Amino acid sequence: MSTKYTADHEWVTVEGDVATVGVTNYAQEQMGDVVFVEGPAVGDRLDKGGESGVIESVKAASETYAPLSGEVVEINEDLEGDPTLINSAPETDGWMYKIKLSDAGELEDLMDKTAYDAHVEDLG
Amino acid sequence: MAHTPLSELEKKDDFISRHVGPGEQQIAEMLETIGMSSVEELVEKTVPETILSHEPLAVPDSISERYTLTVLRRMGERNKVFISMIGMGYYGTVIPNVVLRNVLENPGWYTAYSPYQAEVSQGRLEAVLNYQQMVMDMTGMELANASLLDEGTAAAEAMAMAHRIAKKKDCNRFFVDADCHPQTISVVKTRAALAGFEVVVGDPWSDLNAEDHYGVLIQYPGSTGTVRDPEPVIQAAHDGGAMACVATDLMSLALLKPPGEMGADIVLGSSQRFGVPMGYGGPHAAFFASREAYKRQVPGRIIGVSVDALGKPALRMALQTREQHIRREKATSNICTAQVLLAVLAGFYAVFHGPAGVLRISSKIHRMTRILALGLEKLGIEIVNDSYFDTLKIRVRGQAGKIAARARESRINLRVIDADHLGISVDETTRRRNIAALWKVFDSKAHQKLSVPDLDEQVEGVIPDALARTSGFLQHPVFSLYHAETEMLRYLRRLQAKDVALDRAMIPLGSCTMKLNATTQMIPVTWRNFSALHPFAPLDQTQGYQQLFEELEEHLCEITGFDAISLQPNAGSQGEFTGLAVIRRYHESRGEGGRNICLIPSSSHGTNPASAMMAGMTVVVVASDDNGNVDIDDLKAKAAEHSHSLAALMITYPSTHGVFEEAIVDICETIHNHGAQVYLDGANMNAMVGLAKPGKFGADVMHLNLHKTLAIPHGGGGPGVGPIGVGAHLAPFLPDHPIVEGVNPAEGDNGTVGTIASAPWGSASILPISWAYIAMLGPRGLKLSTTTAILSANYIAKRLDPHYPVLYTGRNGTVAHECIVDLRPIKESCGITNEDLAKRLVDYGFHAPTMSFPVVDTLMIEPTESEAKRELDRFCDAMIQIRKEIRDIEDGKADAENNLLRNAPHTHDLLLQSSWSLPYSKEEAYFPLDYIRNDKFWPPVARVDNVHGDRVLVCSCPPMEAYQEAAE
Repeated sequence: MSTKYTADHEWVTVEGDVATVGVTNYAQEQMGDVVFVEGPAVGDRLDKGGESGVIESVKAASETYAPLSGEVVEINEDLEGDPTLINSAPETDGWMYKIKLSDAGELEDLMDKTAYDAHVEDLG
Repeated sequence: MAHTPLSELEKKDDFISRHVGPGEQQIAEMLETIGMSSVEELVEKTVPETILSHEPLAVPDSISERYTLTVLRRMGERNKVFISMIGMGYYGTVIPNVVLRNVLENPGWYTAYSPYQAEVSQGRLEAVLNYQQMVMDMTGMELANASLLDEGTAAAEAMAMAHRIAKKKDCNRFFVDADCHPQTISVVKTRAALAGFEVVVGDPWSDLNAEDHYGVLIQYPGSTGTVRDPEPVIQAAHDGGAMACVATDLMSLALLKPPGEMGADIVLGSSQRFGVPMGYGGPHAAFFASREAYKRQVPGRIIGVSVDALGKPALRMALQTREQHIRREKATSNICTAQVLLAVLAGFYAVFHGPAGVLRISSKIHRMTRILALGLEKLGIEIVNDSYFDTLKIRVRGQAGKIAARARESRINLRVIDADHLGISVDETTRRRNIAALWKVFDSKAHQKLSVPDLDEQVEGVIPDALARTSGFLQHPVFSLYHAETEMLRYLRRLQAKDVALDRAMIPLGSCTMKLNATTQMIPVTWRNFSALHPFAPLDQTQGYQQLFEELEEHLCEITGFDAISLQPNAGSQGEFTGLAVIRRYHESRGEGGRNICLIPSSSHGTNPASAMMAGMTVVVVASDDNGNVDIDDLKAKAAEHSHSLAALMITYPSTHGVFEEAIVDICETIHNHGAQVYLDGANMNAMVGLAKPGKFGADVMHLNLHKTLAIPHGGGGPGVGPIGVGAHLAPFLPDHPIVEGVNPAEGDNGTVGTIASAPWGSASILPISWAYIAMLGPRGLKLSTTTAILSANYIAKRLDPHYPVLYTGRNGTVAHECIVDLRPIKESCGITNEDLAKRLVDYGFHAPTMSFPVVDTLMIEPTESEAKRELDRFCDAMIQIRKEIRDIEDGKADAENNLLRNAPHTHDLLLQSSWSLPYSKEEAYFPLDYIRNDKFWPPVARVDNVHGDRVLVCSCPPMEAYQEAAE
């Protein structure tokens, strides 16, 4: 299926009942050089909108929020050794974690690409 | 010749013209530049009439520098320096004289600012890195921070950090060893009560049920001396999913197995006895060490190793994004300042003595203790602890008070644990004759029965084999290279030369008030009668200090308009936390404990929301209007919305935007009408002394940064002193102390806020600085300082505005004591950032102004009253010349990337490269203005790579080869 987005600049792709989550290219541009990523652990239960971790750049430390509710089933272990993946490939190799959805209906609340682009445009 | 009156020749108020940089002539010239006819006109047009006080300050008239020292010497003589054997975290120590004179008494070290601008701070960054390495070595831990305020605060931070890491669901219980220092337990309890933790005090070896606790704190060796094996407790904690924290003593760890080798998660304590005077309680650097895995949870600052633009090793503050100025209410702690100067001293003590020296001193202390104990045993005295390092607990059955009094007759202070027990601590300064004198306290014929040399031959070890240290420490070469005094002297000089402190140039940091720290004010700090007192010495031995506190508190009340002062908080951040905690207690005492909302303007310093969180409040942000002022409508709406749960407003005045907001009185009234209190952040008090009194125009509490407004030096990143002033209604809730009585004379039936810092009056030994500042300036000099600070800021604003627009001004186009210049248009036009400009200023020999606070991509400039017009002009000339360099980039005459600003700062390494390939001349790079030829500052490193340093965190001393390779 196609990629969906949150207002907090995270993206989601869903296969079956598992969603892959990362931050958008716009988010990484705003944060600058990422130095550390702290994500959830496998087995963590996340609530939609709740904090899922922190991304630290040289400029700021930014919380990440769970776009959907569910249980974390896999994390991107490459990020620990190479957090720069968030800068170089935010929407591919720089994915953060995979989550098993507890309520697929929540997907309805997310934006599609057109809506997200408009959202970014509004932010100037 | 006309007859000049003698009084004029005497010129008793001479210091005023020494402190206030511009004289009458320069003041007249600056007034002309800004288009004002007089200082009075400037004040009238800048400070709202509603808050202006017209009476001169009721503090004594200015006295001369010489007489100030006479008065302070007399005051000091009222302090009685006894041999302290009280222990409890404070010990006699010998500061190496080469360090005393060249660091502690040297403005090159004590007038520096926190090392945010790494390129002009490499010297003290290296000194702090030495300290971190020393702490790691002694504790056996993987990393250490750059220090915290004191041992109690460090323990409280450990409690908070353990909670973050343990992540035990619904578990808020923290176990504390009953044999921790009592003041540590009190500070931990104060923090816990506000943070919602439950503190259980007991014996962790027998009573700890780790399943029910998220963490445990033990003291090793115990406060009363016993050395118990921490390992079973650490193991039990880990088995139950709890964090293990160990408070310890660095000196003992030369002989004892370090907690890091036993699996401890956090190790903390005071580094005071590594060559830092007791100073009646402070300032001292608390150490805080942890494991690599928890590095991003460690509170405070950490110095790390990175590389510069040319690939050479360079030091910097690491992981700054975790700090409160960025994280605000999400910060791990509200801590800003460390105790850099004191950490530097402790680090140099280790450098000076090296591994063999520290081991010798530690062994001597232990041997003396053993000899003392053996003698006491032979006199029939019962020693309770069978294993100890330097502290004995002896049983005297109802005689403790009497024996302690007898010891005082021999000018020795002991610890009275309770009616039946005494504590005796030996330290580096203890001599054979002190031991003999102590024996005599117990038995008047002791000298006939005992001799130190005889007993020395008889002593056996009391440290259990399993707890004897087997690993080495201080193995890095830096701890072995500088034992000859010539070598040490030159090492200190070499490091100092790498830094820009006030001894080189003005430091125009907005919100930091880098004014003169006068030599006369500094001199008494190291006088024995102020520096050699234990904080728990009996009050009749500290009458000089009591007089100092009383007079200083009285003067501070007069200056601020408040009714009571607490000198206990060790930093502005701690003052904020204390003030908010006092407000909470006040509401509780009135049956309104539910008030927990704290309104904070969006422009506030990040410490404010972090402090509010620590005090258990919920932060609600108030918007700012286009002029940078508090949005009054938003404030009123939010105050009304939360009326019943509103605890306080936290506001900085004059505002962080450098403006006296006209509406301040109205704002305070609004808050009071909703039953809440006004907390005023006093960081900008330098714009108000003698002109306006916050306690009179609506504030209920404020903290003062004595290290800003009242001339205590910044020490390169601490010490700070952050006393709070309060209205009479809040005075009963000010901090108290578990050991020393009468710290809060106004304490009432509802209890106080508790204990905030380990020492009863915080960093007592540096308070003579502020006392002397007030005494030497008097009412006239204090007011002149304020008006000149405002004049100088307006002068700079006027000169820079055509080149860099001044962002905010008050109703008549004036600023307060600082101004913000806007660099956003430059960033937009050519991509040059405020960081580029800051680094280019280094080539001109200046420390940059405050960057991106409170508005991103701006610089905030605060000149203070102490800078002569010549220095202000030198700074403005540098800024204006840099603007020309930027113009060339904007106009396409200079390359957008390869230019004077992007490549700044320019180092000698760059100059010595085989060919000069940059598109501008060496003169333009290194000597863009003539004055630089007089005194060129050569930055030791090029621009430091922050990304590299944060991605690969190294916070121990790099191997010496790294320095050498870089030099080749």
